[in-house]
Amino acid sequence: MKFAPKTRKASSKSAAKGAELLEERELRQMIATALHLAKSTGAEETEIHVDEVADTLTRFANNGIHQNVAEHGVTVSIRTVLDGRTARATTNRLDQDSLRAAIEASLSLAHSQPKDPLLLPMPGKQRYRRVNRFIKQTAALTAEDRARAVRRACDLAVKKGQVAAGIFASGQSQSAIGNSRGLFATYRETHAEFSITMQEEPAASWAKANSADVHAFDPQKLAERASEKAHLAVNARELAPGRFTVILEPAAVLDLVGFLFYDFAATALRDKRSCLNDRMGKQLFGNNITITDDAYHPLQQGASFDGEGLPRERVTLVDAGIPKNLVYSRASAKAAGKKPTGHGFALPNEYGEAPMNLVFGGGDSSLERMIASTDRGLLVTRLWYIREVDPYEKVMTGMTRDGLFLVENGRVTGAARNFRFNQSLIEMLKNVELLGPAVRATGEEAFEMVVPAMKVHEFHFSEATKF
Amino acid sequence: MWDLCTNALDTAKLRGATYGDVRGMHIRQRDLTTKNGQVGTLAQTESIGIGIRVLANGAWGFASTDRLTREGVAACAAQAVSIAKASALAKRGEVVMAPEESYIDSWQSPFRKDPFEIPLERQLALLLAADEEMRRVKGITLTETDMQFRKIDSWFASSSGSRIHQRKVISGCGIAATSFQGDEIQKRSYPNSFGGQYALQGYELIESLNLLKNAPIVAEEAAALHSASQCPEKIGTLILGGSQLGLQIHESVGHPIELDRVLGQEANFAGTSFLTLDQLNNLKYGSSIVNVVADARLDHGQGLGTFAYDDEGVPAQCTDIIKDGKFRGYLSNRETAHLIGLKRSSGTMRTESWNRLPIIRMTNVSLLPGTWDYDDLIADTSDGILMETNRSWSIDDRRYQFQFSTEIGWEIRGGKKVRMLKNPSYSGITTEFWNSCDAICKFDHWTLWGTPNCGKGQPMQTMGTGHGASPSRFRNVRIGTAFSNQ
Repeated sequence: MKFAPKTRKASSKSAAKGAELLEERELRQMIATALHLAKSTGAEETEIHVDEVADTLTRFANNGIHQNVAEHGVTVSIRTVLDGRTARATTNRLDQDSLRAAIEASLSLAHSQPKDPLLLPMPGKQRYRRVNRFIKQTAALTAEDRARAVRRACDLAVKKGQVAAGIFASGQSQSAIGNSRGLFATYRETHAEFSITMQEEPAASWAKANSADVHAFDPQKLAERASEKAHLAVNARELAPGRFTVILEPAAVLDLVGFLFYDFAATALRDKRSCLNDRMGKQLFGNNITITDDAYHPLQQGASFDGEGLPRERVTLVDAGIPKNLVYSRASAKAAGKKPTGHGFALPNEYGEAPMNLVFGGGDSSLERMIASTDRGLLVTRLWYIREVDPYEKVMTGMTRDGLFLVENGRVTGAARNFRFNQSLIEMLKNVELLGPAVRATGEEAFEMVVPAMKVHEFHFSEATKF
Repeated sequence: MWDLCTNALDTAKLRGATYGDVRGMHIRQRDLTTKNGQVGTLAQTESIGIGIRVLANGAWGFASTDRLTREGVAACAAQAVSIAKASALAKRGEVVMAPEESYIDSWQSPFRKDPFEIPLERQLALLLAADEEMRRVKGITLTETDMQFRKIDSWFASSSGSRIHQRKVISGCGIAATSFQGDEIQKRSYPNSFGGQYALQGYELIESLNLLKNAPIVAEEAAALHSASQCPEKIGTLILGGSQLGLQIHESVGHPIELDRVLGQEANFAGTSFLTLDQLNNLKYGSSIVNVVADARLDHGQGLGTFAYDDEGVPAQCTDIIKDGKFRGYLSNRETAHLIGLKRSSGTMRTESWNRLPIIRMTNVSLLPGTWDYDDLIADTSDGILMETNRSWSIDDRRYQFQFSTEIGWEIRGGKKVRMLKNPSYSGITTEFWNSCDAICKFDHWTLWGTPNCGKGQPMQTMGTGHGASPSRFRNVRIGTAFSNQ
C-alpha cells in the first residue's frame, strides 16, 4: 500500500501553488494500517503520529526576491510498548515494508533498555473541543500572490531610498494521532507570515505579523511602518548604559517572556531546574501580571491535544503575580498526585511537558499613552540573540535591534544606538507600570504568544554597541 | 536515486529552466538520552526526499518532495520552475554564477566503527554508567547524558553534468551534572555544553571521550561551584579554554564572514555584518599571531564542516580568513564569488536536508595553533582568569558586540590556578578582542570542536560546523559584566 498524497499535476500555471493535504479518511487509514502491522509484529501497545507539512516561503533582500521555496512531506512516527519498555521510530517512507521496518526498529530500541516501572499504559478515547484554524484563502495563496505583495513592499523601499529584506510565507499542516486503545485525534491549520526589515543606512527597522488567516494583516502596512521607523532611526545618539524606563513593544515582550515557558513544567520543578522551585504560591511578580496557557484563545494556533493525545486544558499559571499552577503530562501528574493538563510531549522524552499557548493578561494603555507618560525612557522595537545567563534568577542577556528610540518629556525625540541588556525576568515582571492590550505577537526568539506591550522601570542595559 | 535526479533535471529543462541542480538525501538518525538514571529519549528517525533548485527567467525557484516516484519528482520540478517564474516578478537583477567544472565522484567520510552497528544495549549502558557516576556526588540534583548518531547519504546532480554521491557519518556525545542549592543553579558539562562533542567520526569518537573518568570530575565541580567566589568585575587578562574559544570563533569570525550576510541577504533574520566589502585585505582583524582558515578538507580534520563537495557541487577548499591578523577572505558561493573578485566559489553552500535550499554556511572555521605550551601559558600569566565551557552566548546583529558566560572560571595568580570562580563572563567588541590576543597554544592542545546547532536561514536550517581552537590568552578584556547589577 502506498499513501501517496494528492499532488497537483505538473501544470506550469498552477504548480506554484502548494500541494493539498491528505484527507481525514486517508489519515485514519494510514493509522489503522500501521496499528495492524504493529499488532502482527508483537507490539503490546502502539501509538502512531502522522504529520504533514506543505509550506512555501518567498524571501527577499536588496529590494528583490532571492530565494523562493516550497516543501511537502509526510512523516509517520511509531511508538511501541513491549514488556514495560517503550521507544519511537519515525520515517517518511509510507509503503507497508517501510512502516513494518519502522515498527521493528521501534521494538528493537524498546527491547534494548531496562524496564521502566513508571511507564503508563496508553490513554483510551478522549473528547476534544474543536478549534478552527484552517483558512482556505491562506491555503490558496500562490507564489505569484506572494511575489506581487513583495514587489509592492520593495517598490515602497525604492521610493523612500531604502532597502527592503524579509519573507512572505504561507502554508498548511496537519497532525493525527491514534493508538491501539482507540484514541484518535486530528488537527489541521494554515499559517501565513510577513516580516520586513527596511534599511536606511546606517539604521534599520522591522515589522512582522503572523496568523492562520493571511487577511489578518496587510503586508503593505507592515512595510510602511518599518519604513517610517527606519527613517526615524537614522542619526542614532550614543547613550551611556544604565537603568532605564523602557516601553517594550509586544515583539520585544514576547521574545523575553518566551524564555519562561518551560519553568512552568512540573518536570522542570521536579528536576530542580525551574526558576519557580521554592517560589510557587509566593508573590513573585507584580500583581498586574496574570499568565494563562490557553490553546483555545482566538489568537492562538496549535492543536487541542498533546503528544499523547490528551485534550489540552486551560491553565492559570500566574494569578495577580503569584505562580499558582503548573502543567502536567500524564507521567508527571501521576508522580505529583495531580491530574494531567494535556501538555505532555510525545513519548519517550526527558522534558515531560510545557505550556505552548501562553496568554498574558493585558491592559488598556496604548503605546502612545505609555510614551506620553514617560519623562525619560527608551522605546524598544525588538530584541535579539537572547540567552539565559542565570537560570534561577532568570537573568537574560541580549541586544536591542531595528529601532531603539529615546523618549523625553512624553514624546519620541530621536533614536539611540543599540544596547546590550542583562535583566532578570523576575525583576522585570515586578517592575511593570503599564500594560497594553494583549495581541498575537511574533518575534524570532520565542514561539508566537498573546502578550501586551509593557512599560517597565529600571530595565538594565549594561553595554552599548557601535550602531 | 540517480534516475529520479535526471528525471527532475529533464522536467525542469522542459519547463524552461536554464540551470538546475538536485539533491536527493537519505538521513538516518539515532538519539539516546538519560536523565537521573532513567532512559529519556530513545528514538530512530529516517527521512528521504529530493530538493530541486532551478533558474528560470533569471530567478531562483526551489521545491522539495518526499514522493519519490517519476510523477512525484516531475511535479516537484515543475513546481520549482513555476516558483522561479514567480520570483522573476520581483527580481532585482540577473543571477550570475561563477563557473565550476562538473564532477562524477563518490566519497565516504572515514570512520572506524559504524555507530549504527554498535549494539544499543552497549551505548545505553555507557550512558547509564556515566549518569550513575555523576549521581554519586553529593549535591547533584540533575544528571543528563546524550548520544546522537547520523548517517547521511546525498546525491547531487546538476544540469551541467555533475553526479556526486557522498556518505557522512556523524557522532556526538555529552554528559552534564546540575546542582540546585539555595538560590543558585550551577552546572558542569563534559566534554562541552549543549550536547557535548560532535565530529565526522564513528563510534570511536565516543570511546575516545572517557566518559566514566570525567563524570565524577564534572559532578564534583558543579557541586563545588556553590561555594566558589563570584567572578570579579574588572578589565583584565582572560584565558579561554578550547571549546569556549571555538564558540567565540563561531560567533565573532564565522558568522561575520558569510558573504550572504555581508550582502544583506540575511538582513531580516540572522542579521548583517560589520565586514563590509571595503574591509577585505584592509581590516586588521586581530593581532599578528591570529590566523584563521575556513577549511572543509579532510586534511584539516574530521569536523562537522568537513566534506568532499559542498551542496552546489564545488570541491572542498581551504580559504584564508585572517592571515597574520589581516582580514583576507569571506565564505562565498557560485552566485556571490564574483562580487569579491573571485573566479570561483569558496565551496560553502550547505543544506540541512533534502527539503531545504543550500545557503552559505561555515565549514571548519578554525584558529590555527600557536607556539605556547599550556603549562607555560598559565605560568606566564601573573594575574588573569581562565574560563571554560560555554554557558551563554549572545552577539549583536552586525557581530560587533558580544557577551559570553562560561560554566566555570579559575583565578590565576603568579602563574598558578589558585581558586575556582563561579558565574564567569566576559564581553567586548569583536576586532578589539581579537587584536588583544597575545598567546595561542600549540597543536598538542588543539581540538576541532563541533557545533551541531547553528541556526540560519528562513525557513530555519540547523547545521553542524567545526571550529579548531587551542587555549589562548587575551589582554584588557571586560570581565564579569553579565552578573553586574549596576
